[in-house]
Amino acid sequence: MSERPDTEAVISVKHVSKDFLLPHEKTSSIKSGVINVFRKKDRTVDTQHALKDISFEIRKGEFFGILGRNGSGKSTLLKILAQIYQPTKGSIETRGKIVPFIELGVGFNPELTGRENVYLNGALLGFSRKEIDARYDDIVKFAELEKFMDQKLKNYSSGMQVRLAFSVATRAEADILLVDEVLAVGDAEFQRKCYNYFELLKKSKSTVVFVSHDMSAVREFCDRAILIENSELVAEGDAEKIANRYNRLFMDEDKGEINGIPQTNERWGDRRASFTKVEVTGKKVIDDKTESLTFTAEFTAGQDIPTIITGSSIVNAKGEEVCGTNTEHRRIKLTDIKQGETVKVHWEYPNIFTDGKYTINVSLHGSNSTRMADWWEGAAAFTVRREEKAPFVVTPDIRLKVER
Amino acid sequence: MTGLGRVASKYRYSIILLRELVITEFKLRYQGSALGYLWSLLRPLFLFIILYFVFVSFLKIGGDIPHWPVALLLGIVLWNFFTEVTNNGVTSVVDRGDVIRKINFPKYVIVIAGSVSALINLLLNLVVIAVFMAINGVDLQWGALLSPLYVIEIFVLAIGLAFFLSAVFVKLRDINYIWEIVMQGLFYASAIIYPITLVMEKNHKIAELMLLNPVAQAVQDIRHVLISTHNPTLYTISGNNMLVAAIPIVIAIAIFILGAWYFRRQAPYFAENV
Repeated sequence: MSERPDTEAVISVKHVSKDFLLPHEKTSSIKSGVINVFRKKDRTVDTQHALKDISFEIRKGEFFGILGRNGSGKSTLLKILAQIYQPTKGSIETRGKIVPFIELGVGFNPELTGRENVYLNGALLGFSRKEIDARYDDIVKFAELEKFMDQKLKNYSSGMQVRLAFSVATRAEADILLVDEVLAVGDAEFQRKCYNYFELLKKSKSTVVFVSHDMSAVREFCDRAILIENSELVAEGDAEKIANRYNRLFMDEDKGEINGIPQTNERWGDRRASFTKVEVTGKKVIDDKTESLTFTAEFTAGQDIPTIITGSSIVNAKGEEVCGTNTEHRRIKLTDIKQGETVKVHWEYPNIFTDGKYTINVSLHGSNSTRMADWWEGAAAFTVRREEKAPFVVTPDIRLKVER
Repeated sequence: MTGLGRVASKYRYSIILLRELVITEFKLRYQGSALGYLWSLLRPLFLFIILYFVFVSFLKIGGDIPHWPVALLLGIVLWNFFTEVTNNGVTSVVDRGDVIRKINFPKYVIVIAGSVSALINLLLNLVVIAVFMAINGVDLQWGALLSPLYVIEIFVLAIGLAFFLSAVFVKLRDINYIWEIVMQGLFYASAIIYPITLVMEKNHKIAELMLLNPVAQAVQDIRHVLISTHNPTLYTISGNNMLVAAIPIVIAIAIFILGAWYFRRQAPYFAENV
């Protein structure tokens, strides 16, 4: 936290609590109100503590993650930051203009044309008519909806609506952007657009608050993060660390520790054999498409093992397993391993990877992925840099020849 | 940002929003109709023609007040303005609940946006009234210049009520039915479709009491300055008592202040209650 002591806090959250009063029978008509007045005993109000004494600071230029499970209170916190909700206790201080992207297309009206909706939505984001006029062509072009702007929104497909809304939203000039994960829904191409936009924000050193439970996105974009669990702030710090902590929330309580290695969501198994070292032996940043990814996975048997299978897979920044294999598929037999024996497996993956960051999963298990001995997610990482930016999961060396 | 700059930018956002909301409302209202905006003029015009025949040919209750039919139409126009501002107001916040839950913006803009369209309608209606006045040969006096002040009085009262009602409606959904009934009663109590002289003939004191209602008083005053001085006002009925004449104005301002205060106090919690 002391990496950048000079940068000022643009959001200070001080001891914020938020309670929602939930009457058992909601008094929204006079009749029930009158009845309840006479039956005071029955009028019970449940207080739901959505947030309890939350304090943290967000500094200028930070990409800040708010993580938590569904119902943990993270969305309430985002709404308090956006000043949509008032905190019950505590205060927040903000500096600069905040634009919330809690949902795309706020104020969109299906009865209005695309053009009219751009102006309406723009106004909610703080754009005057003139300012929209100046950006209008860009917005339409980015949304790829040139031919549809004078049609009513109700005739748009949902994908077109999202594109238009996103296109307006990305023009917003804010000091602080509040982004909800719901932004990144939609088809793969739209997600890519979203992530490109996040990357742009990150490069331009914008202050962004990002609420998510997509850990790969958090790992990729966020500098720092907090973890909200049961309405309380349970951890704050480096995004990678918090993302791991988040994953551990889902760990079964009874897993505990085996052979001195804690069981987590990323690493578990009965440890009859366990990895001791997984290391990228070639370049960690592969910028040459002819260069392969090479790594070595080393494991030691904790007991005599008649037969075992070891595998690996490559995971991209979105959390998709791109490719992988194991010794069983390759018909390589690993039998009669004595207790204490160390086995080295050298892996070489041809560079079919699309530009981006990747992690490596390794595993040790019985036949057909049964009896996991050691499952290690994100055992190592590497990056691929490519000129060719294709929106596909993999980018193999496709040859093509044009003849005319 | 300096304090002044912050105030200016906040104000700017409200204006941008207000403008867009008004434009949207207007567009949506006349969507799919062939004559479009023209209906804003045609609607009152036909209503007037009907009323004119009913009240002039069948129900001759105008008595000896000159140009009573025009005064009647003027009263209805002003009353419609009052109802439109308050009725638009009551549900305005709840109707925009969807947006309120997603973004923070000055909530009063919603209520004002609803009243702006009522103001536009009023202006269009007044154009029609002016035509009728000309046809009837109403003799305009210099005092007519005072009429905008009374329109403002009605507006201040109506917007104050709109603020209050819209904030209450978020928590208590019965308020619009209650308000509907109140408006029905108020309509007949405000001497809109009958001349106040009818009441005065029966009981002078009751007529005076009725004109303590700001809407009735303002309508009567506008009729007085715009159409004919034969229309009595609270001031003339009370025997030129300035203090009594000031009561409805004070009521209007008080309701505005209370309504705005209550709205302001409730606005931060709209998002979670709506």
